Amino acid sequence: MKILTINGFRRAVEMPDDTPMLWVIREHLQMTGTKFGCGAGLCGACTIHLNGEAVRSCQTALADVGDGDEVTTIEGLDPHGQHPLQRAWVAEQVPQCGYCQSGQIMQAASLLRKHPNPTDEQIVKEMNGNLCRCATYVRIKKAIKRAAKEMNGGTKET
Amino acid sequence: MTDNLKTQGAVNRRHFLVGTAAAGAGLTFGYALLPKVMGEAGEAIAAGNFSPTVWYTIDRGGIVTVHITKSEMGQHVGTALAQTVAEELECDWRDVRIDYPDPAEKWGLMVTGGSWSVNTSFDQLSRAGAAGRIALIEAGAGMLGVPASECHAANSRVIAKNGKWVTYAQIVASGKATKTFTPDDLKAIQLKKVSEYRLNGKAVQQLDIPAKTNGTAQFGMDRFVPDMVYAKIARPPVRYGAKPLSVDDSAAKKIPGYRSYVQVDDPTMTAVAYVIAIADNYPAAKDAAAALKIQWDLGPNKDVSSESILKHAEELVADPSKGLSFWNIGDAKGALASAATKHDAVYITPLAVHTPMEPMNCVAFEEGGIWHIYSGSQFQTRSGPLVASVAGVKPEQVLIHQVYLGGGFGRRLEADAMVPAVLAAKSVGRPVKLIYTREEDTQNDFFRTITYQRMQGGLDASGKLVAIDQDVCSAWATKRWGIEAFLADSTDKKGKLDQFSVNGADSWYSIPNHHVRAIENDIAQTATPAGQFRSVAPAWTFWAVESFMDELAHKAGKDPVEFRLALLDAKGINAGSAPNSIGGAKRLANVLKVAVEKSGYGKKKLPKGHGMGVAAVSSQERNTPTWTAAVAEVSVANDGKVTLHKVTVAIDVGTAVNPDGVRAQLEGSTLWGCSLALHEQAHMKNGGIVEANFDTYTPIRMADVPELDLHIITNGLTPAGVGEPAVTVVSPAVANAVFNAVGARVRTIPLTPERVKAAMKA
Repeated sequence: MKILTINGFRRAVEMPDDTPMLWVIREHLQMTGTKFGCGAGLCGACTIHLNGEAVRSCQTALADVGDGDEVTTIEGLDPHGQHPLQRAWVAEQVPQCGYCQSGQIMQAASLLRKHPNPTDEQIVKEMNGNLCRCATYVRIKKAIKRAAKEMNGGTKET
Repeated sequence: MTDNLKTQGAVNRRHFLVGTAAAGAGLTFGYALLPKVMGEAGEAIAAGNFSPTVWYTIDRGGIVTVHITKSEMGQHVGTALAQTVAEELECDWRDVRIDYPDPAEKWGLMVTGGSWSVNTSFDQLSRAGAAGRIALIEAGAGMLGVPASECHAANSRVIAKNGKWVTYAQIVASGKATKTFTPDDLKAIQLKKVSEYRLNGKAVQQLDIPAKTNGTAQFGMDRFVPDMVYAKIARPPVRYGAKPLSVDDSAAKKIPGYRSYVQVDDPTMTAVAYVIAIADNYPAAKDAAAALKIQWDLGPNKDVSSESILKHAEELVADPSKGLSFWNIGDAKGALASAATKHDAVYITPLAVHTPMEPMNCVAFEEGGIWHIYSGSQFQTRSGPLVASVAGVKPEQVLIHQVYLGGGFGRRLEADAMVPAVLAAKSVGRPVKLIYTREEDTQNDFFRTITYQRMQGGLDASGKLVAIDQDVCSAWATKRWGIEAFLADSTDKKGKLDQFSVNGADSWYSIPNHHVRAIENDIAQTATPAGQFRSVAPAWTFWAVESFMDELAHKAGKDPVEFRLALLDAKGINAGSAPNSIGGAKRLANVLKVAVEKSGYGKKKLPKGHGMGVAAVSSQERNTPTWTAAVAEVSVANDGKVTLHKVTVAIDVGTAVNPDGVRAQLEGSTLWGCSLALHEQAHMKNGGIVEANFDTYTPIRMADVPELDLHIITNGLTPAGVGEPAVTVVSPAVANAVFNAVGARVRTIPLTPERVKAAMKA
């Protein structure tokens, strides 16, 4: 038995230690916003935050998550689903099929934590690991910039 | 198949859809036994709501719920279809909702693909909306005590000339709106003029998007059922034809959570037989499947490779007795024999894999005599009976629930995840969730077929094009489906061919002698089961046609744009016809001119090693063209590496119901085209697919995205499909640009550094 802290809630999990967090989260805990895409850390669809940093949940074993660690999924990014990135994703009408977008948004949130006002190069570098088969990349870029602007109070980073 | 499905010559997909929906026969199936036989519409009627047609319901609160029977796979189709209804219904857009009802006979053929949805539903849903408005005006006028002729409808209200009004909600609550319409009544309705539109043409926000930003959008594998177990197929090393001889699960038994394995024949012939590991959780099922020791008879395809498929294609094309005639104008062979200049070239496309981000999966269980299926589907009308046949029940005992599709692209026209899930669930007597791994999804796709095309062209002494003879050799995906009505008669009536393997070769250029032959590659057909892949045949036919047009223009010493424009005279068969191709080849000439002008082709000064190339296409089919042209700007490094800097696209869509939806599809389809031109290819070796995950099969990523300059042309004509056409225009534009940059003619996609380098040396 292991106790995880996910989106601020304590959840008991009884799964083998080597179980990827992806399956713990989406099948065992039935929080299905985190998606299975490749199982090999190559597509980013399963991206979650571990202590605020984007990680691939398919490459993170249950054993890798310590007692004090905070796990955040798309469901917990904002209590009302109104994180500036989520609003920007709607404003720019980013998703098509939508399957990869939880991972894209979680990766983008991690990017904005590191680079509150990212350049094109920083966006590409941070987001290039997240595949979108519908190729919504143009709008993902726009939405990240829109959210960054809002989070910076509409001003440039100083 | 019913006779009304057959049309003269090439079967027209539009006629097919209309015919099937009207006849309700053949492909549709009875739902008499289903508990939800009345569906939402029936329940609504029972509850006192108003459903003037089956397509939507207005409740007593005035909420209009439009029933979307097209699958939502990223094209936001529900929003555009709801807009179409709301435009004529004159309801307030804020009152509009959509739902995705369960499949039922009343919806007619349920298939989503081919860029058909808006194109084929627009008229029907416009009339359905108008019918509701007429009925509400009639009832509302009665309530207001004035003649209907003195009323109009706007913003969910019926308003009389004297200024009095009554809301749609009040009318529905009164129960007075009861008018129904026969098909003839619907046909007689005068629809709005384009100038009267208030909602069509407006970029309202897509109704499916919010759920896709917060994790609540439900896909097939997001379903949970009590007592559910997990299933993972153990796959043979070859794609098709292997048979399990023996299975030893002694190692699997050591894996905690492993329950058993199921070995069962596949009557649908998607596989010969399945060996499926069953476990309490997915990782255990996956580990157990890997731990099963299976002895396979590898079957007849164990030595097939991409090379052997292409070698066979070369032999088939060289044999004039093979294949069937798809298009025949004048005397191509005679004209070629007497042409002043002849040119001959072979174009190749490799295996391509759909790789939707959501790997194939299915939740299946039986309850109360009904099999419930949760699995993204583009083709419920076909998948339902397939599932029924393996479950051993009647088609009406299968319910494929609509869920979001994590990418369709043609992949989810197939029922290959549903069938083993049902077989496993039936065998273990429990609900089953079956999930493909990414590797399994890649290697067991219904691929875009390998194609081999020979182009022969002839010019007269003045450089005028007099003949084209095109041979298209591929697997025939539609033939594999076994739906006779999808096949077309050859021009000489000697046999049936798969026109979805060759559409587009019947281009809108006026060519006096023009022949196209379709040849089934029988080795590809069995070893690499082919599917419909976003943009279908035009992705390879236009690859050949538009590359070859450039080659011919250079042979003739003419500018490739001028050479094309001279052939796009819109005369004779290329004049176009109502409703889908009004204006004909003139509209193709127009988009080509727009793309050329906007891109600066021929004018812009380019650095050394840079080049621009054009292409113009009429994807998807001759009867449903979307006029599309592109200019690609590339640079080529000494090592052959191509950098795609910019793609300019001009597309004539007739009417854009939701302009932002059209733009989103154009962005996605253009980049899908870039991906196929430069990044994607799979290989068969020893009967199996070499590539497995996204490290080796490499669709376009953000870093590879070129600048996009997209021009959407509208003119009030019939809405054309937009999901696919731009896919087909990019590859030839890129190859033509590479030629203009460094003089290297590459005739195989993707344009890898190796291929470009080799062509540079040649």
